[in-house]
Parts: sequence; C-alpha cells; structure tokens
Amino acid sequence: MTLALLLEQVLNGLQFGLMLFLMSAGLTLVFGVMGLINLAHGSLYMIGAFVCAVAAAATGNFWLGLAAGMAAAAAAGALIEIVVIRRLYDRDHLDQVLATFALILILSEGTKILFGPFPLYLNVPPILRGTVNLGLTDYPLYRLALIGFGIAVAVGLWALIARTRLGIRIRAGENDREMIAALGVNIRALYTVVFALGAGLAGMAGALVGAVQSVQVGMGEPVLILAFVVIVIGGIGSIKGAMVGALLVGVIDTMGRFLLPRVFATFMEASQASGVGAALASMLIYVLMALVLVLKPRGLYPLHG
Amino acid sequence: MAETTREYLVNALLAVGLLLVPLWALWADEPFTITLFTRIAILGLAGVGLNIALGLGGMVSFGHAVYFGVGGYVAGIMAQHAFNGAPILGLPASNQMLVIWPVAMIVSGLLAAVIGALSLRTTGIFFIMITLAFAQMVYYFAVSWPAYGGEDGLPIYVRNRFPGMNTMRPWDLYLICWGVLMAALALFAVLRASRFGAALMAIRQNPDRVSAVGIEPFGIRLAAFVLSGMLTGLAGALMADLARFASPAAMAWTMSGELIVIIILGGTGRLFGPVAGAAILVGFEVFFGGMTEHWKLWLGVVLLLVVLFARGGVLGLVAGRERLG
Repeated sequence: MTLALLLEQVLNGLQFGLMLFLMSAGLTLVFGVMGLINLAHGSLYMIGAFVCAVAAAATGNFWLGLAAGMAAAAAAGALIEIVVIRRLYDRDHLDQVLATFALILILSEGTKILFGPFPLYLNVPPILRGTVNLGLTDYPLYRLALIGFGIAVAVGLWALIARTRLGIRIRAGENDREMIAALGVNIRALYTVVFALGAGLAGMAGALVGAVQSVQVGMGEPVLILAFVVIVIGGIGSIKGAMVGALLVGVIDTMGRFLLPRVFATFMEASQASGVGAALASMLIYVLMALVLVLKPRGLYPLHG
Repeated sequence: MAETTREYLVNALLAVGLLLVPLWALWADEPFTITLFTRIAILGLAGVGLNIALGLGGMVSFGHAVYFGVGGYVAGIMAQHAFNGAPILGLPASNQMLVIWPVAMIVSGLLAAVIGALSLRTTGIFFIMITLAFAQMVYYFAVSWPAYGGEDGLPIYVRNRFPGMNTMRPWDLYLICWGVLMAALALFAVLRASRFGAALMAIRQNPDRVSAVGIEPFGIRLAAFVLSGMLTGLAGALMADLARFASPAAMAWTMSGELIVIIILGGTGRLFGPVAGAAILVGFEVFFGGMTEHWKLWLGVVLLLVVLFARGGVLGLVAGRERLG
C-alpha cells in the first residue's frame, strides 16, 4: 500500500516537473536568445488555459480547445513582442521587470473583462478519462498522458533546436547576435518567432494543467515563480538545464509534501507534524535553489562557459 | 547626485504637504483622508528602504515584500503575546511600538543578511529571480505555518502603544508615521552623502573599478542590503498596526512589484522619489478604483508608458533630470 502511494507520488512529481519544463523552456529560451526577463510569461500560460476552456466548451472537443489555446498564446506572445517587448531588449533588467509587471496587470485585468471574474472549468477529454492499472496502483490516465505529452514535446523541442535551420539560428543567436544579423538573418523576425514559440509552449502547459485545476485569473504567477526557480537551478538560457531543473523541482516538491509530514509524524504529535511538515515542504525547492547557488552560482548548466 | 534647486522645492512641498493635507482633514473631520495619508507615509517609508538597495546600490531586489511582511508579523506576534501575557522565547512580550520597532528591524535585518549573503553571489537577472524566490519561500512558510494564523493572517486587536499618543486615533498614528518617514529620509540623505554612500553608488556604476581601488564591493552591498531590509521591515510593522492585521499578503510577490513600482514612478535614487511614488500609487487606487473595478488595467498602462517613455519618474518630469555626480 505504501509502495503504491509512493509510486503514485513519483509519477505526480514527474508530471508536475514536465509541465514546469514547458513553462521554463520558453522563459529560458527568451532569456538565452534575447537577454530578456519576462514576468508576463505566466499570463501567457493563463491565456492558453482560458482560451482552451472556452473553445473546448464551445466545440465540445478538448483537442480543438488545446490547439486554440496554444495558437492564442502564441499569437498573444507575437503581438506583445512586436508592440512592447521589442523596445526592451536594449534596456536594463529593471526596466524589463517593470514593463512586464505592467503587462501582467494589463493581461490579468483584460482576461477578467473578457472572460468574467469567475473560474472556468475544463474537462479531461473522454478518451483520457478513468485510470490505468500499473500493477501496484491505479493511476489517472490523463496524468499519465501528460507525462507522455511532456516527454514528446521535450523531444520535439530538442529536435527543433538541434536539427532544424530555425534551431541553428536560435543557437547562433544565443552565441552572437550581431554576427548572425551581419550574416543576413532577419534578427527581428527571429526574436518574434522565438518569443511566440515560448508563448505557445506556456499556453500549452496552461491548457493541459487547466484540465486538472481550475482555470482562473492569477493561475500563471505561482507557476511563473516556480519556473524562475527551475531556470536558476538549471542555468539561465539552457534548455537542458531547464529539463533537469524542472524534473528536480517537480519531484522534490511533490515528494517533500508527501514524505515530510510522515517523517515528522514518527516523533511528533500527528496534528503538529502535518503543520510543520507542510510548512517545511513548501520551502524545500528554495533550499535546493540556495544550495545550487552556493555550489554553482550560474546554475547547473551555465550557458556561456 | 545632489538635488537641483527645483527638486529641493518639490521635496519641501511634498514634506509640508504631507503634514498640511492631513491637518486639514483633521479640521474637516475626514479620518478616511488621514488614513490614506498614513498609508502613503508607510508605503513611502518601505520605498525609502528599498531605494537604498535599488536606487543607490543598483540591487534590483524583487523580494523586498518579505521584509515588509516579516516586520508586520513581528508587530502582530508581539501584540498577540502581550495581549495574552505569554512570553516569547522566554522574554516578556511588549505592546510598545518603541520596543516592537527595533525587534522588527533586527528580525528583518537578520533575514536580509541571510538572503543578501546568498543572493549577492550573483548579479543581474539571477539576483532578481533569487530575491523573488527567497521571498516566496518565506511567504509559503507563513501561509502554511498554522501557529500564527497561517493563510488567515494574524489580527491585532488593540493597536500597539506609543508614549504620549493615542494610537487608536488616526491623527496620532499619522504623526508617528510621518515622523518615522522624515527620520528615514534624513538617514537616507546622510547615507547618500557619506563615504559609504559614495562607495555604494560607485559600486553600482562599476564594481570592478571600485575593487581595483581597494574597496570590497560585497561587504558594502551586503551592509546596504541589510539596512534596506531593516527600514522596509519597520514600515511593515507600522502597516500591520495601521491595518490592525498582520497579513501574509504583505509578503506576496505582487507587493515586491508594487514597492519597485513606487520607486520607479517617483524617480529612482531620488530622496523623495518613493514618497511621490507612494502618493501616486495610493492616489491612483483611490481615484480610479472609485470609477472602475478594473483600475489595475490602467495602472498597468500608465506604468508601461512611464517605463517606455518617461525614465526618471514623475520627480524627473517635475524637477528636471538628475545631475549625475
């Protein structure tokens, strides 16, 4: 029984980590290529979830909703890049933080105006309902599918960056912007494409997670901050670092919340143990981040040397 | 970074206006206006604290709400223990502001020392994200720790006391906050003109040159960061007393964002910048909040325009560009 619970928690951690990876990948790409810190990345996650929920309710088809959510987030990303973000590449990080903080205010209130102040609900698609038997335990099929989905997207992203012309340009952009501009690559268009790609990934994560949580204004910011922790641990700009960091954060956070209260219960009163355990578990990933920083201040996989 | 004559005038106007308007409100019996000005003074004080790290030292801390919140919790916890007559860590609790303030400053200063020592190993974007992450860590701890209210926060039934004043009266509380704000501004001015301030500003501009002339940037930065956290913690203690409530929301990441906004709206590194910024933010909330529930949308638009087109903040527009020393 305990082993079954443990397996379930490990899978939950993996699923959480892979969804975090979808968020972090865009954030770290945008920083690696454009040198920009984007707080509004969480708003793109929210947009993906809202549009997916509305489109899925209107068409009755989750997959159409997912496609619409991704497309809407990517389109919103491209629009934001062209109207606002483009003016921030040459500014210092403080200006970037403030301008994207302002974007959060605008996008959150805008979403409230468009979709109303109440949470929306998004149903798991019919083929992915129910549970599968994994020998030790029954596990929700949808969460298992999220793990598969996350792995597929990660492989696809790796192929895109390692194997395609666009990927070569993105990697070249990370190394030397001026040089690839001098070689005739349209750097402005490349930036817009990278930003929209990251936005689309965030929108996908929002839509996928939206089916297991409620879709509401402000849902993006907690995930955004976790994504920051992920890319600080992994090394800002590194996709590989984002993957390793996301899995570490996902598994450690989930396991901590599961195990710590039980560990404390062995030598404390049950009610107290759950409080102390939960409080400490919520701090675990930040302790991990502090440890990584002390040992490797630029993260596990620093981008430049 | 000495002020121009025009900026002196604007500063004097702000300092006197901060006293005259609430005085008028006292005469006109408008306690709500006095409370608004108390909020401006307290948020301004928190901003003055952050201005030491951000404005003078160029350290973009995106987690200063944590000191604001922790200061509030110190006030709340002390008040609760004094109310119940229960000692804290073996020491008797007190509901005297003059005792609570130093405790709030020491606790937030210690926290700033730990967070600063770890975060200052990094610079730039890493520093921004790490200060944010540590603030979230404390926030989640406060939310999930049930002993002092957890998610619900901690009410303060009777405001903490100040000798010779009745803190339950809005005007008395305002005078206290105004006095603390003025003292903090004086401290900021003295600090900026001192050798320490000169070194801090030099490190912001070029840390390599400063270490080449034999000053170690890390120690100066850390000292400024700690001092900055202490002042913001003091503001948090006052805010908890004003609201009669120590809230975990005071250390939410949006509060950290608002503190930066306060400084930028007013003018980074300027003496009265945070005061002007706090007045604008509170004014904006009251004015537009009365007209539409979506006032934050317009705050976002204004903030975006200020960042993109009006660098130097409102004091920069009113008092002219700063002379860089």
